[in-house]
Amino acid sequence: MTSLVLPTTTLWWRECVRFARDRSRALSTIATALVFWTLIGFGLRGSFAPAGMPIDVGAVEYLFPGTVIFVVLLTAIVSTFSLIEDRRAGFLQGVLVAPVSRVAIVLGKVLGGSTVALFQGALILPLALIVGIPITVAGAALALAALFCLAFALTSLGFVLAWQMESIHGFHGIVNLILMPMWFLSGALFPIAGAVGWLQTIMRLNPVAYGLVSFRNALYGTPTAEWVGPGLAWILTIAFAVVMFAIATRSIKR
Amino acid sequence: MSAEPLPPAVEVTCLGHRFGSKVAIADISLSVERGELFGLVGPNGGGKTTLLRVLSTLLHPSTGDACVNGVDVLADPARARRQIGVVFQHPSLDEQLTSRENLRHQGHLHGITGRLLGERIDRELSLVGVADRAEDLVRILSGGLKRRVELAKGLLHQPSVLLLDEPTVGLDPGGRREFWDHLRRLRSTHDVTVVVATHLMEEAEGCDRIAIVDRGRLVALGAPDQLRSEIQGDVITLETDDAGWLATAVTERYKAAATVVDGRVRIERPDGAAFVPRLAEAFPGRIRSITVGKPTLEDVFVHRTGRQFVDGGDD
Repeated sequence: MTSLVLPTTTLWWRECVRFARDRSRALSTIATALVFWTLIGFGLRGSFAPAGMPIDVGAVEYLFPGTVIFVVLLTAIVSTFSLIEDRRAGFLQGVLVAPVSRVAIVLGKVLGGSTVALFQGALILPLALIVGIPITVAGAALALAALFCLAFALTSLGFVLAWQMESIHGFHGIVNLILMPMWFLSGALFPIAGAVGWLQTIMRLNPVAYGLVSFRNALYGTPTAEWVGPGLAWILTIAFAVVMFAIATRSIKR
Repeated sequence: MSAEPLPPAVEVTCLGHRFGSKVAIADISLSVERGELFGLVGPNGGGKTTLLRVLSTLLHPSTGDACVNGVDVLADPARARRQIGVVFQHPSLDEQLTSRENLRHQGHLHGITGRLLGERIDRELSLVGVADRAEDLVRILSGGLKRRVELAKGLLHQPSVLLLDEPTVGLDPGGRREFWDHLRRLRSTHDVTVVVATHLMEEAEGCDRIAIVDRGRLVALGAPDQLRSEIQGDVITLETDDAGWLATAVTERYKAAATVVDGRVRIERPDGAAFVPRLAEAFPGRIRSITVGKPTLEDVFVHRTGRQFVDGGDD
């Protein structure tokens, strides 16, 4: 067991230190998200009434949880860019020739990226109070748990993709191609209930949608979606993280 | 009861590997004794890196066996990784961390912690003369210092075999000499066998024994002096317009084995200096220049492969 903990911890620590020494990266993601949120939120304010929600929210408030998960998803997946650098330089080789289990290598990297993403999400979470979401301490803890699951899943996904990519350039393209639809179709911009039938089907197949429901439920302390129960949403959120991590671990073993 | 003789530090048997249809190495067998400074020498692309990648558990070869300190690298890579330290051709340090942080990270990967780790880091960094820069980010260190921190990193967990792949690439001659000074000093400070790949013959001269690897094959194995002594006396090189004709003429006239290498005529003679005026007299106007020299490892390479020693692109 210690043979897993120490290498995992040290790889995790490296991710955190690198993040702490590169603050511009952190700030730019948050700034982008906040600009999006403000512009779209205030732009849509008069023309937007979310469908199928048991609570009454305006556009600015509706978009807030989606903004937070955007920051988390993007930070999580971007954290795996360094894997490509690490492989092109010798750093990863150096890790691979150390007597460390392959699971520890993936876990350290994924936990590191998740921590960084969670940290970013936690930074803007207090804005919920300004928007008027009646968040409690227990609610905030649950909300962070949901964010962590999403971050863990997306870092694992990024790991799988980065492991197969030759260049950071190509990875950017792939990330946009995957991340953007995942976010658009999660209920971050518009509720599932209001979409047309075929789109609803696609959105229900999107695992990020369940993470967002769990996050939103935690913020409000009450079910916020009629199309999925809170329990099922949690189960699928956690399953998303576990399955993606399993895939990441398998990809490195090949 | 007699003690079992210790297995060699490195033992490679009939090793072969191909990438698709390209043969990277073929049928290489060699062994390295404990404590040796052993050079893998040859042009880039000749198979040195492939051989080192097998020994460092990163590549599973198509055929053959490889052992490090008696541990089968192919069957038990996890145990083999405890025996080896590796310095790669490409930098393996995280530029955003300090030297000390890089080494601490490396120590943790090897299960070393706490005060023991701190002491080891101090020791290794001071042995390579980087102790005063331990807290600087690697990014701001010079190329030579970075390579020395790499060396400290490779030695931190006290491996019994240190594998280095072109460790001085990108360094100026001064930096190279300094790095090799540190490498040679290892035998007095560490109980370690060193296997170093290089395409520089002057670096090969500094090894106890070398294996010359060319086009994936082992073409020579032995101490530099011993290999050079295979060549009788001196090596004479003639520049001429028609190397083929001249080589034939010299061979017929003097019963000396003259060969054409890269458009020049090459003759091995025990009496090099005395032979020169005879050549000049015999072929007036045919020879543009004559060079006589003691055999070098380059000559050993030519002697064994029939080709000039030149770099053939990336390995």
